[in-house]
Amino acid sequence: MDAVSVEGVWKYFGDFPALRDVTIRAERGSCLALIGRNGAGKTTLLRILAGLSSPAKGRISVFGGGAREQSTRRKIGYLGHGIGIYDELSAFENLRLFAKLYGVTDAPGRAKTWLERVGLGHVHEGLPREFSRGMRQRLAVARAFLHEPDLMILDEPFTALDDRAIAVLQEILKRAMSDGRTVIMSTHQLREALELATDVALINRGKLAFAGKRSQAMLDDSGWLYRNYGEA
Amino acid sequence: MNFLRNSLSIAGKDLRSELRGKETINASLSFALVILLLFSFAFDPGSDLVRDISGGLLWLVYAFSSALILNRSFARELPNDCLDALLASPVSGAELFFGKSLANFTLLLGVEIVCLPVFGIFYDVRWAQRPGLLFLVLVLGTWVLTVIGTMFSALTVNLRLRELMLPALVYPMIIPAMMGAIQLTTVLVSGQPIGKDNQFWFKVLIGMDIIFTLLGIALADVVLVG
Repeated sequence: MDAVSVEGVWKYFGDFPALRDVTIRAERGSCLALIGRNGAGKTTLLRILAGLSSPAKGRISVFGGGAREQSTRRKIGYLGHGIGIYDELSAFENLRLFAKLYGVTDAPGRAKTWLERVGLGHVHEGLPREFSRGMRQRLAVARAFLHEPDLMILDEPFTALDDRAIAVLQEILKRAMSDGRTVIMSTHQLREALELATDVALINRGKLAFAGKRSQAMLDDSGWLYRNYGEA
Repeated sequence: MNFLRNSLSIAGKDLRSELRGKETINASLSFALVILLLFSFAFDPGSDLVRDISGGLLWLVYAFSSALILNRSFARELPNDCLDALLASPVSGAELFFGKSLANFTLLLGVEIVCLPVFGIFYDVRWAQRPGLLFLVLVLGTWVLTVIGTMFSALTVNLRLRELMLPALVYPMIIPAMMGAIQLTTVLVSGQPIGKDNQFWFKVLIGMDIIFTLLGIALADVVLVG
């Protein structure tokens, strides 16, 4: 059964079609890398999948339910461009808040576990505004995935990350995939993404230009996709 | 139970953030005190005129100072895209709206209670003659102001001119509630009993409290996600 099914989705910003008749599927346990130039529509599609925006036309199904359904959102972890962290609350308070909102039974315990996991256990009472960019990003990863979601949606997750944060994120994603969770991410960092991806979709000016399994040709030559399916 | 638990989590988060920074509460309280001071120069303290318009003076101050608290309500979610993180979580728009309303109500009621004795001193008004009923009017009037303001705060959060738009949208909507709160406050501050004609204003306040709370809960998801 598909974890995510997108059928004939259109999205307009004013008169401009940001997504044009996009149809994609992601199987359970797969890792789908959404690739495309800036403004191609990757973020728009991910926001629709995360229930943050509604399509103008078309159908979205996430584990058989609508993306805005409360029970569906419990199964989704979303890491967008912003880190979604409150600067006035401590790292621990931030994670405890989101653990509570996701209905995690032992919210303080889960918050502590994830702070350790992303290497921030020693600064759990620190305020995020005093953290480095890499630390903030690691806290954001913990915030987005502490409820162990079945579907992890990540928008440009490797952008501006230091080596340590990339390693933490890759470890989390690999473990999630080995647990049978589904990952959908958009990225410009083709090498990091293609190492993890099982499937690849290329979006070009709002239209799906390619969707299929990741191949050895893509791994060997990261420009292969754009040359064969992208705009010149 | 989930509704109340999530709403209280949101309210607790907003109050904790606010008490740590004290940006909004300090601005709102000092703004209210400055208006009270400025108005006191315009009227003769202790005069019958002041007693006659005391309810109006007080609620004007509350309405003006509330704009600062309400404007920040959803705007505080903009840095780091925190609103997206909340909307992506299983929290419903209704829970988010209700939680934020509770936090705004607590902050605004706090400002109002601090302003009352200052009002009494500046205008030589014995405001504490019927404290129980006056508190009830404050609670009912403030809740209307809060729920309408919180809803429009969500609606205007992405506008560049939200600081101007919010009062322009909220004040016309609260006119019936303000009329009731002003009338009842004037009567209570003057030490008069609440007559049958004034009981009508209690019904107006309670009716608006219920209607706008239900409207806010019903429309929150549409306003926040579309």
